[in-house]
Amino acid sequence: METKNQKQRILPAGEFNVFLKALHEAGYETIGPTLQDRAIVYDKISSTSDLPVGWSDEQSAGFYRVYRTESPLLFDYNVGPHSWKKYLHLPNLLLWKAKTNGGGFSFIEDDKSVGKQAFLGVRACEVAAIRKQDKIFLESEFIDSAYKKRRENTFIIAVNCTKAGANCFCTSMNTGPYAHSGFDLALTEIIDGNRHFFFVEIGSATAEIVMNKMPELELASRHDSTLVQNNMREVSYAMGKSIETTDIQRLFYDNYDSNIWEEIANRCMNCANCTMVCPTCFCTTVEDVTNLTGTEAERWRRWDSCFTMDFSYIHGGSVRPSGSNRFRHWITHKFATWHDQFDESGCVGCGRCITWCPVGIDVTKEIKSLQKSKATV
Amino acid sequence: MSNLNGNPMLPQSFRIERIKNETDDTFTVELQPSKNVMDLSFHAGQFNMLYIYGVGEIPISISGDPCSQDSLVHTTRVVGTVTKAMRKLRVGDLVGVRGPFGNPWPVEEAKGKDVVLIAGGIGLAPIRPVVNYIIANRHAFKNVVMLYGTRTPKDILYPREIKLWEKKHRIHTFVTVDRAIGNWDGNVGVVTKLVARAPFDPQNALAMACGPEVMMRFTVRELQKRGIVDENIYVSTERNMKCGIGHCGHCQFGSEFVCKDGPVFRYDKIAHLFDVWEV
Repeated sequence: METKNQKQRILPAGEFNVFLKALHEAGYETIGPTLQDRAIVYDKISSTSDLPVGWSDEQSAGFYRVYRTESPLLFDYNVGPHSWKKYLHLPNLLLWKAKTNGGGFSFIEDDKSVGKQAFLGVRACEVAAIRKQDKIFLESEFIDSAYKKRRENTFIIAVNCTKAGANCFCTSMNTGPYAHSGFDLALTEIIDGNRHFFFVEIGSATAEIVMNKMPELELASRHDSTLVQNNMREVSYAMGKSIETTDIQRLFYDNYDSNIWEEIANRCMNCANCTMVCPTCFCTTVEDVTNLTGTEAERWRRWDSCFTMDFSYIHGGSVRPSGSNRFRHWITHKFATWHDQFDESGCVGCGRCITWCPVGIDVTKEIKSLQKSKATV
Repeated sequence: MSNLNGNPMLPQSFRIERIKNETDDTFTVELQPSKNVMDLSFHAGQFNMLYIYGVGEIPISISGDPCSQDSLVHTTRVVGTVTKAMRKLRVGDLVGVRGPFGNPWPVEEAKGKDVVLIAGGIGLAPIRPVVNYIIANRHAFKNVVMLYGTRTPKDILYPREIKLWEKKHRIHTFVTVDRAIGNWDGNVGVVTKLVARAPFDPQNALAMACGPEVMMRFTVRELQKRGIVDENIYVSTERNMKCGIGHCGHCQFGSEFVCKDGPVFRYDKIAHLFDVWEV
């Protein structure tokens, strides 16, 4: 007789709203993919009718389109321009206020409480990206209290990719397409004959609490498990792009002086799109504002990009005034110096920087060019 | 001094106790915690983030005495919006302070050795705590040399103290200026030129340099010519900083976050970056 894994269950696609209701009952606000302005972006969702059912996307370098499908699949698309960092590492965050009082001023900490949020449809590469930001904000010398607060209140529902995007290279970065850990629940959407269901993996004790809020799901069979495995294998083989990561740090450290940077700079517009859509890019700046009478001052933290001139400004000028070296700084950080800083790559292979680059600069191609130029030396 | 274990981004308010113009474009503020008694300890070479109400926040090295911490001392040059606003403040005004941050000078490792200090311009401010530390523990160090270069004789920081370093504390002090004006009869030329004839034993010396990057690049070369190995040379670097805690990304210098891995680096650890353009 087949022994079944208690942590692998079957959620019929038709019951998805029951699952969402269970999350709401457990106190979570659900955030997931929605179709807005002809792109699939993350926003609040209340039921399956908010999901882009019947839509898929097409991507290539500097190209993104959504199109209609006849498919009943709920998650038949790859990552769009948003990433989950906008809900954990907020694009705009009030750090504190200061108020004047009798000749002086005092600081008031912004300690608003945050609600519980469930991320629905977190791809494997995105689970990896969240883990990378955890390392920066929770596991380094200092803790980012705003990030911590949100992270602790976040329930992660991974949805494994059932197709690979044309700009995807998660297999090269070892982050996907299958999420092995780092989630509360992981779902794989399967159509098998007449059955349309989600293969559910329970990854945390919190997830058990949520599952208890809905009728018990039947256990997955070995056949179901095989379907998932086959699916993952197909997705891996269909990966749109790849990079060779052996000796990748050396590749960059040996090429600070390469003329490739100048060549890329002739195409790069320094628009910072790649850093805004990147799920791991974490740089921020601060902005001080006061009210008209000057009795209140605020300090805001905002996402920043190393592609701007201001980013490296010190008295006398910018440390990286040339576009070539700003691009070099960004890509070297992703693929080389990040390893020294955090013992892993800064890239998860989601391909967003390729899709959303207005001139279609493709990091996988640029790395191949570097590798080729090195080989001919 | 700041609440680094709680929210390291939240400043503590400090009151200006003294404010003193040093030269035409530099000044020193002495700060006291405005409310509570606070631990003001720091290590020579560390910096604080100073906030001026409604204007902004900038990293400034601590230039006081690490051995007598009754107030927080910062000497800075008027170069940007925040330092301009700071100079307009008066005794009794408040500023916000976060810190101390960063990797300090190797004063402990320097014990039992000759010490070569090289400062260019405002670069003397982050090195002064080292001098103070040496003075408080003078017997622990052998020959101590201070090489200091400024633009003109008018730009010399702490001139009275410098005289005492030489006379009272057996610190061989050599000052040089780029341009001699007035009745200056001392050295003229770049500070790096002083390295060749400074009295120290290269086999048993630690060198610490702080100044513009180009000055440090040439200083390192001169020190190497004298025979000091890279492991015994320390430099203090400067980058744009917004947080001081390694989160904002601005201060990256190769793999290093200048705010927490620096600002003081052992030269051999960053030698590979020192000649990379715009790194």
